[in-house]
Amino acid sequence: MGRTLLKKVWDLHTVRPLSTGQTQLFIGLHLIHEVTTPQAFDMLRSRGIGVAFPDRTFATTDHIIPTRDQGRPFADPLAEAMLSALERNCGEFGIPFWNLDSDRQGIVHVIGPELGLTQPGMTIACGDSHTSTHGALGAVAFGIGTSQVRDVLASQSLAISPLKVRRISIDGELGAGVFAKDVVLEIIHRLGVMGGVGHAYEYGGAVIDRMSIDERLTVCNMSIEGGARVGYVNPDETTFDYLRGRPFAPAGSAFDRAVSWWRSMASDPGADYDDVVAIQGADIEPRVTWGINPGQSVGVSGRIPTAGSDGGVAEALEFMGLAGGDPIQGTKIDVAFVGSCTNSRLSDLREAARIAKGRRVARHVKALVVPGSQAVRTAAEAEGLDRVFSEAGFEWRGAGCSMCLAMNPDRLEGRQVCASSSNRNFKGRQGSPTGRTLLMSPAMVAAAALAGEVTDVRAALPESGP
Amino acid sequence: MSTREIDRIEGTGIPVRGDNIDTDRIIPARFLKAITFEGLGDHVFEDDRAGRSDHPFSNADYAGARILLVNENFGSGSSREHAPQALKRWGIDACVGQSFAEIFRGNALAIGLACVTAPHDVIGGLMTRVEAAPATRLALSLAGRVLEADGRRIAVTVEDQVRDALLAGTWDATGLLLDDFDVVRGVASRVPYVRGF
Repeated sequence: MGRTLLKKVWDLHTVRPLSTGQTQLFIGLHLIHEVTTPQAFDMLRSRGIGVAFPDRTFATTDHIIPTRDQGRPFADPLAEAMLSALERNCGEFGIPFWNLDSDRQGIVHVIGPELGLTQPGMTIACGDSHTSTHGALGAVAFGIGTSQVRDVLASQSLAISPLKVRRISIDGELGAGVFAKDVVLEIIHRLGVMGGVGHAYEYGGAVIDRMSIDERLTVCNMSIEGGARVGYVNPDETTFDYLRGRPFAPAGSAFDRAVSWWRSMASDPGADYDDVVAIQGADIEPRVTWGINPGQSVGVSGRIPTAGSDGGVAEALEFMGLAGGDPIQGTKIDVAFVGSCTNSRLSDLREAARIAKGRRVARHVKALVVPGSQAVRTAAEAEGLDRVFSEAGFEWRGAGCSMCLAMNPDRLEGRQVCASSSNRNFKGRQGSPTGRTLLMSPAMVAAAALAGEVTDVRAALPESGP
Repeated sequence: MSTREIDRIEGTGIPVRGDNIDTDRIIPARFLKAITFEGLGDHVFEDDRAGRSDHPFSNADYAGARILLVNENFGSGSSREHAPQALKRWGIDACVGQSFAEIFRGNALAIGLACVTAPHDVIGGLMTRVEAAPATRLALSLAGRVLEADGRRIAVTVEDQVRDALLAGTWDATGLLLDDFDVVRGVASRVPYVRGF
């Protein structure tokens, strides 16, 4: 029986089985940011422990940084204290840090792939649940908490329980106006927000095979919303082409040697899966969430479900102020947000700009575009996307997590409804305890911003390509 | 740092009904703007409590509870350890629920907060009992995999590795992971991308 990528990576990185039944797993790449690490460094100091492999940890800042006025000190003293702590900790322990003044700064899950730090066959850890994103390049990437960040700093390893593997095959092809975001929302809707507990999700099939790395990053990003700890796509030519020439990718003949090793880490044909799920790409519509967890979505031509005896639906409808049985199209929005580690890459901005070009944001809508990294921002500006957005009435901002979780000044007010390309529609997620989030693809967000309400992006697509 | 062996957790319970209660609800993101975990206990479920005057964490009858009763997929979403930290600092030492999200359960274990599971009907019965009589004494034995309530013994499920780590006091894994650091170095030297292609 063949082995999966997960099994190969797991075996290679196993330090030893622990007496507790968990595995001590070597972590090849550790990414850190300002929110989940200050306490970890303090724990190291109080125990007199150093950082075992400071050259295998990389830091950036993303969650708390303002996307407009980035002058120091920040207006928010708590945000300033967090960034200062990261600066101090990286300095003291010798960890490379891409701060605001670096053109490599950005959302941790955007810059890892962008810099070529994220590579096939690696184990990766980061104190952020969306670390699953990095699986798009064939890595096994774990979101961890602060005590585990301490463990990785101290020992470059984690105590972790084995995972099962579910192969999710997206077959055939997607229709026009249907994006990677819609694919993953469909998966979460079908399998449920806890369907992936105990599993790694391996994504494959013709649709995934044809996807760019940016699109695969979107799919893997939301594995966690489906309950899976880890999501990955087997490395292929698309992966190798993406990595070639990136700053931290191997160069010259080392790159060719790397490619043969990366290729060998992909799941074997006939690998042994714990479960297999197949979805037809043609069955997937642009999707929109109507509720308070990411599994609660419908196709844009569909209707919001009625509560019936399901207490979860009733609670969601009450919070959202939506009526079961109504079409989701026509739901009025107040805010439109293009950004987050799910959908803030250059291709996402291009798709949104393609919809926005030459049109105007509805008068009552506040719309903002937050690139995922300084590199994305620069590349977008080089092709004029900033002007397309500005002329259409979108605000063009600096790189960061921004309104995905509103730890910076970008947040919803009161009961505002936000069409958002982010990953979570939890109660209060976007900064107002009563604020409401509708998750959708960046193109759908742009279309909603123009219409002032949820609308089918397929009707707004330009006649020809960009 | 020495860690503590954890077996028996006794005290009153506090029920929070609902499936998929995510970590943004347990501790909203604005309380993550801090460089310590101190004071988080004061803000546990803050926005849920503001939206609902009868929230259990606002109900004085449950003050001092040590065992949290929850339903399905508790702690989903963000990996913020602040969520179990907030619960623990409020006074919770064990969670008994239908199921837990994976990262939450790992984070809870790493700070010595036990998460054990029981079927829907059992949890429902316990919640109803505690709502009717908040002073009901509960006692969780990890070694025995049993929860005692009013003299009744209820079987609970806890993974061997979680149970063993709590019983042995190795739930704080740093010491364990540093036990044999030469082996870690050995793995680093055999992994192609660390060694160099």
